[in-house]
Amino acid sequence: MSASQTVGPFFTIGLEHLNRANLTFRGLHGTAITIHGQILDGDGKPVPDAVLEFWQADADGNFSEQRCEAQGYELSRFAGFARVPTDDAGKYELRTIMPGGVAEAHGSAQAPHIAVFVFMRGLLKPLYTRIYFAGTKANDMDPVLNLVPADRRATLLASKESRAESFVWDVKLQGPDETVFFEW
Amino acid sequence: MNDPRPYRKFGVGTQPEYLHPSYVSTIKRAPTKPLILLPRTKTETTGPIFGHSLVTARDSDLTTQHEGEPLGERIILSGRVLDEEGRPVREALVEVWQANAAGRYRHKADQHGAPLDPNFSGCGRVMTDADGRYRFVTIKPGAYPWGNHHNGWRPQHIHFSLFGAGLLSRLVTQMYFPGDPLLEFDPIFNSIPDEKARNRLVSQFDWEATQPNHALGYRFDIVLRGREQTPVEK
Repeated sequence: MSASQTVGPFFTIGLEHLNRANLTFRGLHGTAITIHGQILDGDGKPVPDAVLEFWQADADGNFSEQRCEAQGYELSRFAGFARVPTDDAGKYELRTIMPGGVAEAHGSAQAPHIAVFVFMRGLLKPLYTRIYFAGTKANDMDPVLNLVPADRRATLLASKESRAESFVWDVKLQGPDETVFFEW
Repeated sequence: MNDPRPYRKFGVGTQPEYLHPSYVSTIKRAPTKPLILLPRTKTETTGPIFGHSLVTARDSDLTTQHEGEPLGERIILSGRVLDEEGRPVREALVEVWQANAAGRYRHKADQHGAPLDPNFSGCGRVMTDADGRYRFVTIKPGAYPWGNHHNGWRPQHIHFSLFGAGLLSRLVTQMYFPGDPLLEFDPIFNSIPDEKARNRLVSQFDWEATQPNHALGYRFDIVLRGREQTPVEK
């Protein structure tokens, strides 16, 4: 496989055409939610030059097999893919729907979750992680979450805010609360 | 997990580590705790697929996106996108971005004192064909200084972003040019420990793709992490 290299500081010019911070549209089946948060480096400083890519199932737990097109990307069906850069304060916000649990073969199931790639200057390879939702019963049985040491699992849980259907999920690149990242 | 086959391991040294201290930005951004090995699930064996409407002919010719022609050495850049078993990756979205011939990006954070070119945006995209082939026309980007270390200069390069089959085939990389004297000094290029793997990011001069009286050709093939396909039942 070809080697990975960093996106560098100027990726916006090549990648912004696919920026999508809102995957919802009128008539979309599911519960609309907002997830927002901040990306912090090893000094606790916000990372203003990161881009996140999200991939998730629809409300029924199915991943899209349809093409993302220029027209109607947001308006005709649920794409499941979003690309969101951080702002000057290292913050991002994604408007989407609560994903359904994902049935796997042999009767097992994954809890509702969103896959996340993190790209930035200083990352020679993307970081890969997942967002789960705090308080979801299915988390207890999730096959991926259960591979994570119990004392680090909280880093993968988006917490619900008082505001309805709004969740916070931060990415900490280093430190005692360093976000869990996966290799594959 | 239901599909016990692991992902194919990377060859030793063929990928950079997250922490590469001579590339100073990695020091505060590389993870410090062990990564968790991911089993196969639908989440990663699926992935977004992109329609042809996201890519127009103009997107693959970076020399015709403005009224006039950009300054610099026109080049034709082509290659194939393959999976780890050598099969073409069809309809893969390839996104590129680069500096202009003077070594300046059209980006607000680029403070290099070289001029912008009003006729060059430096971004493009294309979708691979049935043989996994792609082709761009652009200009050769200039080298440019960066603040990583004393008298640091990035070698000439073009950024590539690709989506293949399945989420984990995602690749972002950089393509370099043969014979560039800056390569041996570049901490980003040299973050790849294996020399062969490193040199696979260096494009090759391509006589066949070179057009007389028009432009030099360069070839750059890309191999994406292959989702090994489900064995065919006999």
